[in-house]
Amino acid sequence: MSQAPATEIETTFVLNGTQVTRRVPARQHLVDFLREEMGLTGSHTACEHGVCGACTLRVDGEIVRGCLMLAVQAHGRTVDTIEGLSDSGELAALQSAFHERNALQCGFCTPGMLMAALDLVRNRPDATRAQIRVHLSGNYCRCTGYHAIVDAVEAVLEAQRGRAKR
Amino acid sequence: MKAPSFAYARPDSVAEALELLARHGDAARVLAGGQSLLASLNMRLSSPRLLVDITGLTELSGILVQNGVLRVGALTRHCEIERSAEIARHVPLLAQAVPHVAHVAIRNAGTLGGSIALADPAAEYPACVLALDAVLVIAGTGGERRVPARDFFRALYTTALAPDELLLAVEFPSLERGYRSAFVELARRHGDYAIVGLAAHGRVEGGKISDLRLAYLGVGATPVRAPRTAAVIEGQSYGPQAVAAAQSALGEDLDPSPDLYHSAAAKLHLARVLTARALGALVQ
Repeated sequence: MSQAPATEIETTFVLNGTQVTRRVPARQHLVDFLREEMGLTGSHTACEHGVCGACTLRVDGEIVRGCLMLAVQAHGRTVDTIEGLSDSGELAALQSAFHERNALQCGFCTPGMLMAALDLVRNRPDATRAQIRVHLSGNYCRCTGYHAIVDAVEAVLEAQRGRAKR
Repeated sequence: MKAPSFAYARPDSVAEALELLARHGDAARVLAGGQSLLASLNMRLSSPRLLVDITGLTELSGILVQNGVLRVGALTRHCEIERSAEIARHVPLLAQAVPHVAHVAIRNAGTLGGSIALADPAAEYPACVLALDAVLVIAGTGGERRVPARDFFRALYTTALAPDELLLAVEFPSLERGYRSAFVELARRHGDYAIVGLAAHGRVEGGKISDLRLAYLGVGATPVRAPRTAAVIEGQSYGPQAVAAAQSALGEDLDPSPDLYHSAAAKLHLARVLTARALGALVQ
C-alpha cells in the first residue's frame, strides 16, 4: 500500500524475531531508531555517512549500513542486530574466535565487524585470507587491529571447512 | 550528524511517483538505494522537503535480454549486477566495474539507476554507460524518452533528468563478436571513490585494436570520453609504441581538475598509467 507524504509514519517490521510497530520520524535512520527507541545499543553510530561500518545490520538476510537506511524503510522487512544474533547463538563461533585471537581492543568496531564477518561465513565458506580482507574492507578498526580480526575470521572458516570435510 | 526534517512518501506505481515529483518539483528527491542521498542528508549537504521512496516499485528492478539489448532496471542493486550471469556474458564491462563500487554492505542497497542519476564524477557506472553508448530510459508525466549516455551527463551532478522525471532503466547493447572490455581504477583503499578510473571497450582482432571507446572517471565534472586517444590506437597492434602514442595523445583529450589530494598533473599521469593497463587487459 502506498504511503502519502508524512513526517511521521507508522512502521511495522520484524526485529530480532519479534514484530514491532512504532510511529517513526521520517528523518530518523534505522540505527538511531534501534538505539534510542528500542534500547538496542549494540549497533554503533560513528561516521553516520556510510564509511565506517560500525552500524552494520542485517536486513532481509543481507548486511547493510544502518545509518544509510531510514527506519521507515524497514517497514515490512526483517531486521537482525548484533543483540539478536548473539542471543540466537549464530555469532557464537565468531565471538569465541575474536576472544581467543584478541581480535578486539577498544571494542567499538566489534559489533559491525562481527556482522560483516558472519555474512562472509554464511555466504563465502571458501573465502581466502585476501577475500576476508576485501569483505571487511568496509569496516574500520581505529585501533588498527585488522590482522587479528582476519586471523579470527579465518580460524572460523577453517574450522567450518574442517567440519564439512569430515 | 542527523538529517534535517523532511516528509516521506512511498508510491505504489511509477505513475504515482511521477505525480508526486510533478507536484513537489525541486523540493522532492527520489530515494532509491539511498547510499549517497542519505549520507548527504546526514551531513546536511542537502535539505529536500520530501523523499519519494521508489524502492517498492519492483517493476524497476531486474535484467532482461531482448533483441541484442540488455535492459537493466534502474533499481537493480550492485549486488544483483555482481551475481548476474547475463551481465557477465553480455555487458562484461559492468561486471568488471561492480567490485570497485564501495563495499558489500553498500552494494546490497545501492542501485544502478541511483548511481547514474546522481552522476558523481568519480563513480564507476557513468563511465561504463558512456563507454558502451548505452541508452537511458526516462519517464515523465508526458511519457517516456530515451537519451543516449553521451547526452546525459551535463555538468557536476547535473544530468538530462528533469526534477519531475524518473530514470526507469538502462539499455546496453549486447557484446558483439570480437569486442572486449576492461575496467581499471586507482583508489587509496579498495572501495573508496576512485582517484582516476577508466572504462574501455573496443574490438580486438589479430592483436589489432579498433573502434576503441575510452571513458575516464575522476578527471572532471562528468565522465570524459577520449576520442583523440582512441583515434591514435585505431587499427594499431598492441605494443609499447601504440601504448606510448596513446599516453601522449591523452593530454589532448583530458584536462583533469585537481582534487583535495591530487594535482591536475598527477591525475593526468595516473590516467596515462591506467590507459596502459587497460590496453594490456584488452588484448590479454
